[in-house]
Amino acid sequence: MGGTEQHTLVVIGAGPAGIAAALAAADAGVRVTIVDSAPQAGGQFYRRPAAGLGARRPQALHHAWGTWESLNARLQAHIAADRIRHLTDHHVWFVERLETAFTVHALVGPEQTDPDTVTADAVVLATGGYEKVLPFPGWTLPGVVTAGGAQAMLKGGLVLPGRTVVVAGTGPLLMPVAAGLAAAGATIAAYIESADPKSLVRHASTLARNPAKLAEGAQYGAALARHGVPVRMRHTVVRAHGTARLEAVTVAALDAEGRIRPGTGRRIACDTLAVGHGMLPHTDLAETLGCALDGVRVAVDAEQRTDVPGIWAAGEATGIGGAVLSLAEGEIAGHSVAAQLQGTDPDPRGWSAAAKTRSRLRAFFAAIDTVYAPPAHWPESVTDETVLCRCEEVTAGEIREAVEGLGAGDLRTVKLLTRAGMGWCQGRICAPGVAGVAGCPADTARRPFARPVPLGVLAGPADTEPNRHH
Amino acid sequence: MSNRLTCDVVVVGAGMVGAACALYAARSGLRVIVVDRGPVAGGTTGAGEGNLLVSDKEPGPELSLALYSGRLWQDVAAEPGLGEAIEFEPKGGLMVVSDPDGLHALETFAAGQRAEGVEAVPVAADALHGLEPHLADGLGGGMYYPQDCQVMPTLAAAHLIRRSGADLRTGRAVTGVLRGADGRLTGVRTDGGDIHAPAVVNATGTWGGEFAALAGVHLPVLPRRGFVLVTEPLPAGTVRHKVYDADYVANVASDSAALQSSAVVESTAAGPVLIGATRERVGFDRTFSLPAARILAAQATALFPVLGRARAIRSYLGFRPYLPDHLPVIGPDARLPGLYHACGHEGAGIGLSLGTGQLIAQSLTGTTPDLDLAPFRPDRFPAEEVPR
Repeated sequence: MGGTEQHTLVVIGAGPAGIAAALAAADAGVRVTIVDSAPQAGGQFYRRPAAGLGARRPQALHHAWGTWESLNARLQAHIAADRIRHLTDHHVWFVERLETAFTVHALVGPEQTDPDTVTADAVVLATGGYEKVLPFPGWTLPGVVTAGGAQAMLKGGLVLPGRTVVVAGTGPLLMPVAAGLAAAGATIAAYIESADPKSLVRHASTLARNPAKLAEGAQYGAALARHGVPVRMRHTVVRAHGTARLEAVTVAALDAEGRIRPGTGRRIACDTLAVGHGMLPHTDLAETLGCALDGVRVAVDAEQRTDVPGIWAAGEATGIGGAVLSLAEGEIAGHSVAAQLQGTDPDPRGWSAAAKTRSRLRAFFAAIDTVYAPPAHWPESVTDETVLCRCEEVTAGEIREAVEGLGAGDLRTVKLLTRAGMGWCQGRICAPGVAGVAGCPADTARRPFARPVPLGVLAGPADTEPNRHH
Repeated sequence: MSNRLTCDVVVVGAGMVGAACALYAARSGLRVIVVDRGPVAGGTTGAGEGNLLVSDKEPGPELSLALYSGRLWQDVAAEPGLGEAIEFEPKGGLMVVSDPDGLHALETFAAGQRAEGVEAVPVAADALHGLEPHLADGLGGGMYYPQDCQVMPTLAAAHLIRRSGADLRTGRAVTGVLRGADGRLTGVRTDGGDIHAPAVVNATGTWGGEFAALAGVHLPVLPRRGFVLVTEPLPAGTVRHKVYDADYVANVASDSAALQSSAVVESTAAGPVLIGATRERVGFDRTFSLPAARILAAQATALFPVLGRARAIRSYLGFRPYLPDHLPVIGPDARLPGLYHACGHEGAGIGLSLGTGQLIAQSLTGTTPDLDLAPFRPDRFPAEEVPR
């Protein structure tokens, strides 16, 4: 620790949750360091073009740009006053629990080969989420991209992934992706959603309490209609076609049980397929710290505290719910951290508006989750030749052989017998697909290193802090 | 599904040792059921490196078992399709010493091993790079052990169980034992029904003491935790043999509970390099330990500076089944007719498994075992005072 007596907080992640937590804590007088892997603040949601691209109107690609502008103004004021320090391009690989503090270990440099560490009294994990994509024959062809990846190209690089795009999968994220691509000039050849949003009416009262979310959905729906996008509900992509790259997809209708209706297959020419099946929380750092999970997300209490003293979590890491929910959770976490570090009683009245928003939106996304789910029988369409794990090139047939022939019954044994999930991405991409095809639960894998770390860094003396903060 | 299952022998534990017992029992003509509360290789087997080592063993019963097992591994690897399926690699081991003084002690150690049948070839300091081009400069020399081999342990267990033809019942926890009127063991009770058999083999590894307690006998198996670091796939030839520091032998034989580590570095068929091996007695604590990973990385990069740039992509841990005298228990339990033990192999269970399985099969069929089982007797530990 440096010479200061002031309590320090490290926030990991500079998306909506991380920024809100940092602002609330800094407002209360806590010294904050934000550690984030991106070159600028904003996370995935407020991703902006690099300055060098000279975008004149980045807000054209964004919903709720005004919210971002006011957050960023507050952030910049704190940074200028040295109350918040923002470490960009810092890739956190480990959070080490010491007796009364934490050391956050990051990798820096163009190839992420150099170590940097930050010590803190408390840590907010605002690590966000990542896209879930389920496999289907042809999903590894060039031209097949994730829905979020297509959006990131547009927001961050001002480029379109292709000219004729099919947007497919399930979940509310697909709507802004399709609308954004259409607005930027792409032809959306089809919008394919496997769920039936009409069943949302069962949750009418929850929806009624979230008029802003409904308006947002209606807005995107209107945009798709304006661009003449053909929308197919209860349909799914059966196969992607192409030799060197994507040329077309076959889509088909689903029956009530989530099986493909025979004879409904239809081929649609396209050069890009943007596909997504929802999001998953990033929990690697939390798991290694020993934080309890609730299903696939980090478990937190009403103050966003995990069950490990000194560790808070906010945003998508604690359950997928979008930017507004993340902002509310981050704000609550920041207040709670400040109270705890300063030895005062937390006063929930200070965050009652955020708490209200949080419960309203959690209910909304719980309803959304019951409606937007991949078709129950999706693994049946995955042919034996389909590569599920790209890192290790493991096919669906090999997974099935491990289960049926060698006695694997869980994801770990499937991995050990086939190498699926053992490669560079450590199963972050393929685990839901492998688990589905294997017919076993997609339990979270423990990954001690949140990202690959050079042995030379690992071997380095523990007390070397070349760029030590606070 | 009928709840009444009957066979000649029920093997409890679907790890490598259970697989070996199933293989040789089945090949002796016995009908075998393998039962495990988890999946295949879900315990220590799935967390191991797959070492088949003679090099780290001093003369004695464990070395005899390792040499015996080593011959059986060669036979198994030669069976059609099997060697490749289990990634058997007769790659040889290279033990290195940091300074020339250590070479003398290593030579004395090797002389004793040679008398038992171990091939040990001295390697002068200037010849090390011929065997391992990327080794650090300035090492004192070493000893090459051509009999050291490697397998992928999970694949080995799964394929050997399949090859045995045994009836595999995973996801079934044994909750008790069945006894006849004469007190003899007559099978096991599981959460999926009873399995009747005149013989029960305890191949539950680190949980061997727990299973023994279910049967009412004392067996002091304790967990000894180890971490393994795994790198990204590296170019073939970066590490050619199993390379380790001579300190490893001292650590294996140590009784200390504190964290000990000496690097064992080896490549795998799939490309990643594995770095073991820490040893500490901390119960079944699954918390990742950064200090343990740091020591492994420091020791590995000291041996192979080129690894400094390689990235560790994961780490896993396992619990070696450790007995106070560092020898496994193998054979019938004189205290309870019908009960056989095959556990407590500490960090050498993959290597020692086939010999263990063969000796168990010989015991089960009343054949004279190929090795003297006296050093491995299950009742050799004085019973503890059981607190009431």
